[in-house]
Amino acid sequence: MSAGVFEMDSWLERLPITARDLLTGYLPDPWRWIAQSVIAIVVILGVFGTLFAFLTLAERKILGRIQNRPGPNRVGWAGILQPFADAIKMLTKEDIVPRTADPVLHYLAPVALVSFSLLSLAVIPYGRHLVPLDLDSGVLYFFAASASSELSVFMAGWAGRNKYALLAAMRALAQLISYELPLLLSVVPVVMIAGTLSPSGIVAAQSGWRIGIIPHWNIVTPWGFAGFAIFMVAALAEANRSPFDLPEAESELIAGHLTEYSGFKYALFFMAEYFAMIALSGMAVTLFLGGWQAPFEVLQFIPSYAWFAIKLLALLLGFIWIRATLPRLRIDQLMRLAWKFMVPLALINLVTVAFWHLSAGWATGAQPLRWALALALVAVPFVLIGRRLTSGLAPRIYRYAAP
Amino acid sequence: MNLTLLLLGLVILASSAMALSLRNIVRSVLLLVLSWFGIAAFYLWAGAEFAAFAQALVYGGAVSMVVLFAVLLTGRSHSDAEVPPPPKGRLVWALVAGGAAAGIIAATAIRTPFAAATNGVPSLPVRDLGLLLMGPQLAALLVTGALLTAALLGAVVIAAGTKDDKEGAP
Repeated sequence: MSAGVFEMDSWLERLPITARDLLTGYLPDPWRWIAQSVIAIVVILGVFGTLFAFLTLAERKILGRIQNRPGPNRVGWAGILQPFADAIKMLTKEDIVPRTADPVLHYLAPVALVSFSLLSLAVIPYGRHLVPLDLDSGVLYFFAASASSELSVFMAGWAGRNKYALLAAMRALAQLISYELPLLLSVVPVVMIAGTLSPSGIVAAQSGWRIGIIPHWNIVTPWGFAGFAIFMVAALAEANRSPFDLPEAESELIAGHLTEYSGFKYALFFMAEYFAMIALSGMAVTLFLGGWQAPFEVLQFIPSYAWFAIKLLALLLGFIWIRATLPRLRIDQLMRLAWKFMVPLALINLVTVAFWHLSAGWATGAQPLRWALALALVAVPFVLIGRRLTSGLAPRIYRYAAP
Repeated sequence: MNLTLLLLGLVILASSAMALSLRNIVRSVLLLVLSWFGIAAFYLWAGAEFAAFAQALVYGGAVSMVVLFAVLLTGRSHSDAEVPPPPKGRLVWALVAGGAAAGIIAATAIRTPFAAATNGVPSLPVRDLGLLLMGPQLAALLVTGALLTAALLGAVVIAAGTKDDKEGAP
C-alpha cells in the first residue's frame, strides 16, 4: 500500500474542518470565532437530535425483534418515518398542568434537564479535529453538567403535587446519588494513568499499539476492564435505563416523576434521557475504548470520527440489548448493589491502578507477572465480595415458573 | 467584562435574598442552588475553571441533593413546606449577627493589600493545581480529608442504629 493511505491527516479526516473554514473563513476574527461556535452547536444539535430520533426507532424495532414481533412498521418504508410521526404527535398534544402544581418549576424541570444533558455533549472529542470545547478539566465539566440533571428530576417530581411523582423523584434521587459514586470512582483510574483531566489528552494517552496489534486502549488492561464494567453499569443507572429504570417503574409508580407531564414536556424528558445515554456512552468511548482511535494500524485510513461513531453506536445497541434482556431490580437490591458491591470494587480498582502505574517500569520478562497480579487484584475481590453478598441466601424457588 | 461581573453578582445576591425571604422551603433551596451556580459562573468568569466545575459538581450536584433530602424526609406533608415567618426578635438578632460577620469580612477584605491585576485572565492548569495540592498544601488537604472522613463515619454510626435486615440480595 502507498504511504498516503497511512497518512494521519487525510483529506477525509480534515473534511469537517475544511467545510467549516470554507463557511467562516472570510469573516473577521471575533466573528469567525462566534460563527465557528455557532456551527459547532448547530451540528451537535442536528446530529444528536437525529440520532435521538432514530435511536428511539431502532430501540423499538430491536425490542420488537427480540420479542418476536415486527415493531413499528406502518409509517414510511418499514416504519422509517415513525420518529417524525411521533414528534408531530407530541408537539400537537395538549399540555396539561395540574391546577395545584407549581407552574414555574413544572415548566422549568424538562427545559433544565434537556439543557444540562446537552451541555455534557460539548466536551467529548468526536474526532482528531472534532473537539467542540477542548477544556483542560473537561472530564470534571462533563460530570458537573450531568450531576445537575438530578436537580431537574427532583423539580419534576415536586412540581406536580402528586405523591407518586414525589415518591418516584425520591427514588430517582437515591439511585442517581448512589450510582454517581461508582461512576466517578471508575473514572479516577483513567485520569490517574493519563495524568490529565482533558478528554482529548486522555484519548491521546491511549494511542499506539502494544506488540504491534493490541491497541493501547484502557479497556485492554485489567483495571481498565474493571473500570469500564463499573462505568457502564453505573451509566445504565444514571441514564435511568433498564434494569435500573425504577424511577419509572410503571407497575409501582405509574410513570414516576413524569406522572404529571404530557405532550411536548414529556417528550423533552425522553429526549434528555437519550441525550444522557449518548453522552455517557461517548464518555465511555473516550475514557476506555480509545476515543476516536482506530483499533488496528492498517485501519487508520478510515477517518477518526467514523471510528468514534462505530464505537458509540455499538455501546448504544448494547444499552438496548440489555433493556430487552434483563428484568428490573428491586429498590433494596439496587441500593445494595451500589453501596456494597460497586463502590468497594471501584475503590479497590484505585489500588489496582496505583499498582499498574508503579509497576510500569518492570522489565519485559516481569510483564506477565504484572498482568497476573493486576488481574488477581481485580478478580479476587470481585469473587469474594460477590460471594459474601449472596451467602446465606437459599437457591431461588420457582413457585410458578418452570426452572 | 465588568458588565458580566455585575450581572453575576446580581443573580447571586438576588437569588440568595429571595431564598431567605420566600416562605416555601423547597423553592428556597432551589434558589440557593441557583446562587451556588452563580458562584460557579463567577469562578468561571475569574478564570478558575477547575474551581468552577468542582463548585457546580459538589454544590449543584451533591450538596443540593443532601439539602433536598433533608427537607423532604423531615416534612410530613406538602403543606409543611410552608414555613411561618420568624418572630421579630429573632429577625433582629439574625440581622445583627449577619451584619457583624459581614462587617468583619468586609473590613478584612478592604485592609488586605491585593496584588495588582495582571494583564489578561490568569489561568492555572489542573496539573499545576494538583502538584500544588500534593506538595506545599498537603497538610491542609490531609486535615480536610480527615475531618470529612470523621464526619462521614459519625453519620454512618448515627444512621446504622436500626436493625440489619437480610432479605434479598443483588
